[in-house]
Amino acid sequence: MQGIFQQYDAGPFFDEMFDKAGKVRPHYGQLLQRFGELEPAEFDRKRVLAEKSYLNQGITFTVYSGDEGTERIMPFDLIPRIIPGDEWAFIEKGLTQRLHALNLFLRDIYHEQKIVKDGIIPGEIIRSAKHFRPELVGFDVPHDIYIHICGSDLIRGADGRYLVLEDNGRCPSGVSYLLENRQAMKRVFPRLFNRYAVRPVGRYPQELLAALRHVAPHGNPDPTVVVLTPGVFNSAYFEHSFLARAMGIEIVVGHDLVIENSRVFMKTTKGLKRVDVIYRRIDDDFLDPTVFRKDSLLGVPGIVEAYRAGNVTLANALGTGVADDKVVYYYVPAMIKYYLGEEPVLPNVETYLSAVDADRKFILDHLPELVVKAANESGGYGMMIGPHASKEEVAKFRDAIIADPRGYVAQPVVQLSRSPCFVDGKIEGRHIDLRPYILSGEKTTIIPGGLTRVAMRKGSLVVNSSQGGGSKDTWVLDEGEGVC
Amino acid sequence: MLSRVADACLWLSRYMERAEANARILDVNIQLLLDFEDQNEGTVQQHWQPILATLEDQELFNEIYEGISGDAVMAFVTFEKKNPHSIISSVTFARENARMVREQISSEMWEQLNRLYLYLLSPAARAAFIDSPIDFYRSLVDSLHSFQGITDATMTHGEGWQFLQVGKFLERADSTSRVLDIKYHILLPFGEQVGGNVDITQWMAVLRSCSAMEAFLKISHGQVTSWGVAEFLILHDTFPRSLRFCVDSLDLALHQISGCGRAHFSNEAERLCGMLRSNLDYTNIETVFSTGLHQYLDQTQLRLIEICDALVKTYCRWLDEE
Repeated sequence: MQGIFQQYDAGPFFDEMFDKAGKVRPHYGQLLQRFGELEPAEFDRKRVLAEKSYLNQGITFTVYSGDEGTERIMPFDLIPRIIPGDEWAFIEKGLTQRLHALNLFLRDIYHEQKIVKDGIIPGEIIRSAKHFRPELVGFDVPHDIYIHICGSDLIRGADGRYLVLEDNGRCPSGVSYLLENRQAMKRVFPRLFNRYAVRPVGRYPQELLAALRHVAPHGNPDPTVVVLTPGVFNSAYFEHSFLARAMGIEIVVGHDLVIENSRVFMKTTKGLKRVDVIYRRIDDDFLDPTVFRKDSLLGVPGIVEAYRAGNVTLANALGTGVADDKVVYYYVPAMIKYYLGEEPVLPNVETYLSAVDADRKFILDHLPELVVKAANESGGYGMMIGPHASKEEVAKFRDAIIADPRGYVAQPVVQLSRSPCFVDGKIEGRHIDLRPYILSGEKTTIIPGGLTRVAMRKGSLVVNSSQGGGSKDTWVLDEGEGVC
Repeated sequence: MLSRVADACLWLSRYMERAEANARILDVNIQLLLDFEDQNEGTVQQHWQPILATLEDQELFNEIYEGISGDAVMAFVTFEKKNPHSIISSVTFARENARMVREQISSEMWEQLNRLYLYLLSPAARAAFIDSPIDFYRSLVDSLHSFQGITDATMTHGEGWQFLQVGKFLERADSTSRVLDIKYHILLPFGEQVGGNVDITQWMAVLRSCSAMEAFLKISHGQVTSWGVAEFLILHDTFPRSLRFCVDSLDLALHQISGCGRAHFSNEAERLCGMLRSNLDYTNIETVFSTGLHQYLDQTQLRLIEICDALVKTYCRWLDEE
């Protein structure tokens, strides 16, 4: 190993850059050569440069303490994660297959529920899913696409195999970081890109817009598409406005919209203007106070009625949250076989359902060794990592599982793969995952790579930005062989 | 364009213009103070009090500070977050509005504004201020000018840009009238005469705070008189900070937005603005002084407020419904 990598210890984990013998993996060779030449001080200077550009662009989230909010940037690590071409082809195949099955599943459970009748998934699981919307049964969506934008998180275990950790079929966020990370890397290490054939990511906004235009009501060839945001105080507001800007469309808040005759209009300086497709970054619950949460000030009263009348398309569709349910997740491999007659390309993480008696007994007997997750939480909330949990926490989750078996699942602890990161002047390994962004439009497209999230705290397995996670640029190479 | 966006564009540029006006006024006042050798507590207070009067912030100032001093007034108008009209508050509000319309304005505009905001919050800004207030205010004005230049050079001159113009010229007309009115609040020291040394120095300061000194001298042949300065800052047709120029530009932007010809009006804002514009086109300085300069400026400020209200009613009436 060279330069600042000399002291690097890959540890007992699957390391993205070095193999078990400590030899650099071929697709990282050029990178090691270039970064090996850099002094830590030079590295630090580059890091400050990158962070400053995030700050100046306002790519920040607000942390409130006392009466004043301070704006923080998401920590950005300069060492890219590199995915060889063939490895990516495999991931792409798996994700396309999975999203295809999820969309068929949603079509099915909001219509005939054949998968229940054929005994693949118990009806009770669907009926009791927190985000299942019985009021939408029988309602058709354009082109049968429910999840237009999907983020199915991938991790790699100790053997380097890719596993699906969870599906995000509601409002997966983070794609703006992915795009900005690439910009930052180009600015800070311009010459590095000459040495690698890295697939570009910049077309994502255009592909997103194409997917949104594809599902316009009544096949309207020239629809008005808008982004609906909870507002400027939302922690993901930067991303909402970023995407609107990159697509060249309006960003609206609930108050900008009004419903007349079951049609959606926006309030403009020249009067009311019809809206056809809404890329909404507001959860179902807050979308329409006349149907869902009455106390929501973010939503648009009457929008669900306009939606049901088929006069506006919402992306993602209403009711997709049922597919994010971690109990439903358990059944995704079965769905793939049922709807597509194929073996799943990307396996799930082994999962135990506490709603099943035998599983529950196992879970309660092995709590300190397992990861327990609430079925309907996300963002790293409502979860316990057994080996890192206190006795009180374990006891709390035990009670919770017994009180509400349907509400929890458990999984063995997966030691996520690690990637070298620049931390406090030296290179150390940190656990990472991968959030890809899959678009379902006329065809399924996946932005090459995705957002690699990094658990910046030493030893931590939690990568969520709300829990102090960072990110790094993710490169998919045109060529190359990986391990999977 | 969304009504909410139009409203945000208007206020974004009003706040930026307000920050610039404040920086100019303070810069000139410091320089003016350095022109007078005989300073005691009384004269210092007399020197700074008019600033608070023109900004109409006297009450709030009294709540926060004990007694008027140069440092207190500068801190209040520059860094005081409790003062909604301070430079830091103006830039903060401008940035909040810019955040709401980030997809409308160019990234370059946003970054310039955001850099300025981050700088004002940083210890570096305080240090620069302590080191040399004059340089500090100059660099602020520079930075705000860059924003104007970037805006003109990088943003489509469509409806959003026109609303920025509306905000800019409304605020600039207002601030020119206030700067001119400062003289009304400044008492001449005992024994000094109208047209005397101190009086002329003060009028020159008024010119400087509008960046009008050089332009004025070109046409006045070196004669600085109250009438001359007032005429220049109110009625000059092509100086970009004169009231007449600002109202004319405001009128143009309003007609660009509606698409209505300039000899007519299609809404109340255009009607009111057209009347003010024609008043400025056809009045003369004798009439202004016979009305009374202070009264004339006061009326003009009220008319600007009416135009702004009518504008919001025309284009952003949806916003009132909530």
